[in-house]
Amino acid sequence: MKPSPRVPLQTNPRRILVPRVKPRQFYGQGVPGMDLSKLGGKLIVVEGADGSGRSTQIARLVEWLEGCGHATVQVGLKRSTLVSEELDQAQQGNILSRTTLSLFYATDFADQLENIILPGLRAGRMVLADRYIYTLMVRDMVRGMDLAWLKNLYGIAVVPDVVFYLNVLPEELVERNFAKNQSLDFWESGMDLGLSRDMFDSFLQYQSLVAVKFKELQATYGFTIVDGHRTPEEINIELRKRIESILARK
Amino acid sequence: MKTFAELGFPGRLIAVEGLDGSGKSTQIYLLKRWLELQGLKVFFSEWNSSELVKNATSKGKKRELLSPTTFSLIHATDFADRYERQLVPLVRAGYIVLCDRYIFTAFGRDTVRGCPQEWVRGIYNFAAMPDLVFFFKASLEVSLQRILEGRPQLKYFEAGMDLRLSSDPYESFRIFQGRILEEYLAMSTEFHFLVIDANQQIEAQQAVVRDLVAAKVDLKKYILHKPIPLSK
Repeated sequence: MKPSPRVPLQTNPRRILVPRVKPRQFYGQGVPGMDLSKLGGKLIVVEGADGSGRSTQIARLVEWLEGCGHATVQVGLKRSTLVSEELDQAQQGNILSRTTLSLFYATDFADQLENIILPGLRAGRMVLADRYIYTLMVRDMVRGMDLAWLKNLYGIAVVPDVVFYLNVLPEELVERNFAKNQSLDFWESGMDLGLSRDMFDSFLQYQSLVAVKFKELQATYGFTIVDGHRTPEEINIELRKRIESILARK
Repeated sequence: MKTFAELGFPGRLIAVEGLDGSGKSTQIYLLKRWLELQGLKVFFSEWNSSELVKNATSKGKKRELLSPTTFSLIHATDFADRYERQLVPLVRAGYIVLCDRYIFTAFGRDTVRGCPQEWVRGIYNFAAMPDLVFFFKASLEVSLQRILEGRPQLKYFEAGMDLRLSSDPYESFRIFQGRILEEYLAMSTEFHFLVIDANQQIEAQQAVVRDLVAAKVDLKKYILHKPIPLSK
């Protein structure tokens, strides 16, 4: 990625915006024993494939939000204390079958939801999520899992204030992945699906399937689709504008 | 949800459910011996989860990291693992599979912990229904007595300590088991449990179990054929 000049952060320490606490919702029945009326903060989700620039954008958003006087906390997939290690091992061996792996990921998500996301919101923080339930759902949908089953499973999730989907074409993703890791990832190439024995072909086919499923979910979940082919700075400006309007909501 | 027979699988799955101390494990063991001694293809599925899932579950329990939601999900993961790797292949291969506990254990336990019933049931709807479910219905006092007689060290989640029912593990266990029993009773009609009076003597219960199995499963279909020798 080309380095781009930083636009100075627009912050004014004397005028910190205090966001209104709005009523929150779960997608389904939520988790037992959680009082939603006490949740302030904002939940900002960044979705997109590996190489779409998620972590770059999140790092910059954190810097900007903190500059504006907001406390932040970050979450991502496979980072729970409960099962992250085991999930890593499971992926390396490719030994768990579909439903098992799906539920294992849901456990990881639920652990972080209850221990990081909800407490973060309760404390009035800006919670930045590097991917959320949508990636998990899409991966399973591509592998033939039932959408109604997934929606019930992830009915525990709290509805975010905004979901950005960094849209980058598969051909561009390939180049970025090579630039970053010198190789393609087994799972991000969907090699377990047997689409093609050629990893490059498989990657392109798999990422296209994923994009189709994301579009399917878009109808229900209303993502903000962001053109990820621009410079990181241009993208970040767009994200900040959207977040500013959310923070200013009356 | 369909049973394995309704799904057209050649094998059959028989599950036993009941409180700890209801004597269900003894009964399923005796059923297994009876089927085996008749030379039938029978498999007793012990809760052999893969090392990975087992590690995560035991870590969560030891460190008391589990909420009702993660408790439910990690056990569903464990069940899915066993279901996909063991139960389905066995039933497809034409075995009579005996299960000490099935999804109803999770339905009861998770609902008592406060998880929404529809959510829990929705998660487990990938699993077929057993062809027979025996429910060993012992009075709460009898079950508690059998378990608590030896003053065992009750584990945190086993005693339902996470529910903050009582600071005394034994008292907590009593209340917890009582609530689970209520859940079992509520599920009994809905899921067509074959209810066995577990306050009776072991032999009397086993006689009923064997009669019911013989009446409901065409046992002669499951005769184990000797493998064809590879060479003379």
